Amino acid sequence: MTTLQGTGPSARRFGQAASRIPDVAFRSLSGTLAWVVVAALGLLASLLLLDGSQALSTFGLSFLTGTTWDPIAGVYGALPFIVGTLGSSLIALLLGAPIGLLTAIFLAELAPRRIAVPLTFVIELLAAIPSVVYGLWGVFVLGPFLQSTVEAWIVGTLGWIPIFAGPPFGMGLFAAGVILTLMILPTIVAIARDVITSVPDAQREAMLALGATRWETITRSVLPYARSGIIGAIILGLGRALGETMAVTMVIGNRPEIPHSVFDSSQTIASQIATTFNEAGIGLQTSSLIALGLVLLVITMSLNVVARLLVWQVAGPSSGRR
Amino acid sequence: MTISKSRKLSGLALAAVFVAACGGAASQPPASQPAATAQASSGPTTPVPPTGNVTLSGAGATFPALLYQVWIEKFNEAYSNVSINYQGIGSGGGIKAITQQTVDFGASDAAMKDAEIAALPAGTTILHVPTALGAVVVIFNVKGADGTAISKLNLDGPTIAGIFLGHITKWNDPAIVALNPDSGANLPATPIKVIHRSDGSGTTNAFTSYLAAVSDEWKNGPGVGKEVSWPTGDGAPGNDGVSGGVKSGDGRIGYVELQYAVVSGLASAAIKNANGKFVTGSSDGVTAAANGAVTSFPADFRQAPIINGAGDTTYPIASYTYLLVYQAQTDATKGQALVAFLYWALTDGQKEEKAIGYAPLPDPIQQKALEELHKITANGSSIWPM
Amino acid sequence: MAVVVAARPSIAARLTGVGVGRRRAAVDVAMRGLALVAALLCVVPLAAVLFFVATRGAPALSLDLITKPPRALGIGGGAANALLGTLQMVPLAALMAVPVGILGAVYVAEFGDRRAAGVIRFCADVLVGVPSILVGIFVFTFLVLPFKQFNAFAGSVALAIIMLPVVMRTTEESLHLVPNALREASLALGVPYWRTVVSVVIRTGLPGILTGSMLAFARAMGETAPLLFTTLGSRLINVGDFGQPMDSLPLFIYVNARQPVNALNDQAWGVAFLLLVIVLVINVAVRARTWGRRIG
Repeated sequence: MTTLQGTGPSARRFGQAASRIPDVAFRSLSGTLAWVVVAALGLLASLLLLDGSQALSTFGLSFLTGTTWDPIAGVYGALPFIVGTLGSSLIALLLGAPIGLLTAIFLAELAPRRIAVPLTFVIELLAAIPSVVYGLWGVFVLGPFLQSTVEAWIVGTLGWIPIFAGPPFGMGLFAAGVILTLMILPTIVAIARDVITSVPDAQREAMLALGATRWETITRSVLPYARSGIIGAIILGLGRALGETMAVTMVIGNRPEIPHSVFDSSQTIASQIATTFNEAGIGLQTSSLIALGLVLLVITMSLNVVARLLVWQVAGPSSGRR
Repeated sequence: MTISKSRKLSGLALAAVFVAACGGAASQPPASQPAATAQASSGPTTPVPPTGNVTLSGAGATFPALLYQVWIEKFNEAYSNVSINYQGIGSGGGIKAITQQTVDFGASDAAMKDAEIAALPAGTTILHVPTALGAVVVIFNVKGADGTAISKLNLDGPTIAGIFLGHITKWNDPAIVALNPDSGANLPATPIKVIHRSDGSGTTNAFTSYLAAVSDEWKNGPGVGKEVSWPTGDGAPGNDGVSGGVKSGDGRIGYVELQYAVVSGLASAAIKNANGKFVTGSSDGVTAAANGAVTSFPADFRQAPIINGAGDTTYPIASYTYLLVYQAQTDATKGQALVAFLYWALTDGQKEEKAIGYAPLPDPIQQKALEELHKITANGSSIWPM
Repeated sequence: MAVVVAARPSIAARLTGVGVGRRRAAVDVAMRGLALVAALLCVVPLAAVLFFVATRGAPALSLDLITKPPRALGIGGGAANALLGTLQMVPLAALMAVPVGILGAVYVAEFGDRRAAGVIRFCADVLVGVPSILVGIFVFTFLVLPFKQFNAFAGSVALAIIMLPVVMRTTEESLHLVPNALREASLALGVPYWRTVVSVVIRTGLPGILTGSMLAFARAMGETAPLLFTTLGSRLINVGDFGQPMDSLPLFIYVNARQPVNALNDQAWGVAFLLLVIVLVINVAVRARTWGRRIG
């Protein structure tokens, strides 16, 4: 930081210009402000670690495996929320990844431009709808709809399998998963589309020259080439699902217990924090909630890092951020 | 953050004005001064708010939130310079907020436990000011076999406990049918969905006190408290959330303060009381319960929920609700406004209660509560001296 | 990557055979159809959300909704407290996040040494992915607990933390797109480096910077979670007192969605409509400009 050797394309060349006092001042100012984002992240992480330490030292590793969340007994285990978080996100992934990938393929490879362009635009708008609006819609429209149609049908046909056992109430893990699907689709579609678009045409031409159909070209040439980027896109979507709070809080049923069926009520880490942080008893209960937050931070951070590395491999570092 | 600092300074400046106001008669006429009703009270004067603009911020129980909203509006009509922001975040939240001192006053229907008092910052004393009583009613939303919503339902303690323990899972369970000879045939096979609180709640404290009183399995299992480990059902935040949740779908049952049943239009069950009579929640039923328990009202005001009181008309689940205030106010202006509001609530405010589904304090308790207000101090002296 | 193709020699072999060809053509058509269906599946929910928010929200819009605070027992009243809260907290958040984000990005793009820039860029990327509820806990600890009051300033800071990395990364990308020739020309004229950055580089990148800032602004308008523990919410109209709680449009929706009173649910829909219109108008306006280029 003492010299102007840097990433800026021009910085090295015009280094001597920065010796003037205003230049130095400007550089120091922007330099200081740039580190705000690092400081914020660092402080946030250390705060969670510090305030969650009471719970972690009380329960140790059994905090992660404990199945009871009982404020009267003062016993706090994170497993129900970890299961709720992973479960709802998994449903979103199972529904969202195939739909998102197929949509990305459609937009990048199949659709004519005059359809692909507005459709991409509309799907990106899905990402702009606030979480709480999805939640409102989930409570009054999606929940009752799911209860009387999809859930009733699944329970009717597959209800003998324990994880599809009823009764369905339109609120719970499944409803949360469906809402999350809608919320992660734009992420998956947008990034997967970028990644697929960036596959060199030579890949396609080689296959087409061999007489392959469009679909064969896509599945055997384009997708393998873009594989890591697509996985990255899906993981980024997963990251969003794991940390999503409001919409999930409003439809998941807020039950701090391990669900046995996808139609059971459940609770995610984020929704448990949202519904109880303001009133959690000072001391161990609050510390346990913050430790839950730490678990969530670790999961989402590591997923993000992995996903970005995967996307960068294919589409370069500027992709996957919008 | 300079805002709060400057407010503190102006608070000090106003302290002089306020001391003068308290020493003399209530000489600062508000827009329309309500007549002081409790002439019998021991205070020589009626406490009035300061003349400048004051905003008080409070949070806590949702049980009395509907009452407090009405009070705050009426008080603001009388004293337009005093604005009060009350957020219903649950009794647990009220106790937490007053402990962390993030509000000017808290609210809870569950009196603070010894451990919660011990967790207060050193030197802090919290006064429990009882403001009202309310009934915890069991609301339900279920369509009968004939397709119309069921509006009348009798339940007794063991049956309610059975439902909330997850043992009784269908609306046409024999235990429910047996209690409803008239309408039993209309009870459907719809599965029962329990909606309970997700936040720390005084309503939950009262309701679980009742469940523990009528069911040993409950007493030895989930137990009594503001937040328990529920054997079944979904969580929802606040009395509003529970009644909203029950309203949102067929087959649901929950427990809320009476007025939430009224505003939501949901039916509530008649519950078998200690005398074997089925009574629905009402202001009078709660008053009957409160009158029966006046003599046992503790000196520190921390009255447990009144469960299964004797008397034919007594409703079996009743609870006091409290405003939690710092005995030593750090901002004299706010302190003066708060005392004036509390005085108004304990006198004029009591007249509002019955109409909106709460029960006024029994006279002896009202007197004790008014006397408690003299203890509130600012800068070391009583805001409303004897 | 040619390896991938070469690793499947059977494909070429299978590409002959006439009977197989018909099946292959059928698969091709079927799967392309499926892709179309998937694309529609993406659009249908958006249409459903917009449809219900519009049909339930538009009738609930009224002058009262935007001019009156809530009334007791849900009788009359509106969401003026929430609208005014959002219109104060979000701009203040932008006031904090946008300058810091732009200057931070200038440092990363123009000055910073490679390693520092990498660390900062990485942290910004990670911060984008941090669940916003955790930002709420963070700000509660630093700006609510010490000041002993839930307050709107804390709410603004929480929103600013969410906006900051978005502004920073979009700005950095815009700056990278500014041609070096412009910098060189400016410096050759003897303009100091800092003025070159401010009046040439930033100005040239301004459209992109504005885009990023506006999108961050729209996102902040819809954020609920970080406000729950910071500004808490308020039933009172609060203009200008950032030391006290304020309401916001998303908080209003969250609270009123769970009320047992139909009139209050309707208000939640009305506010959702209002919020959605604002957010979508910003998004459409901003994205429409860069649309063609990005899709390219």
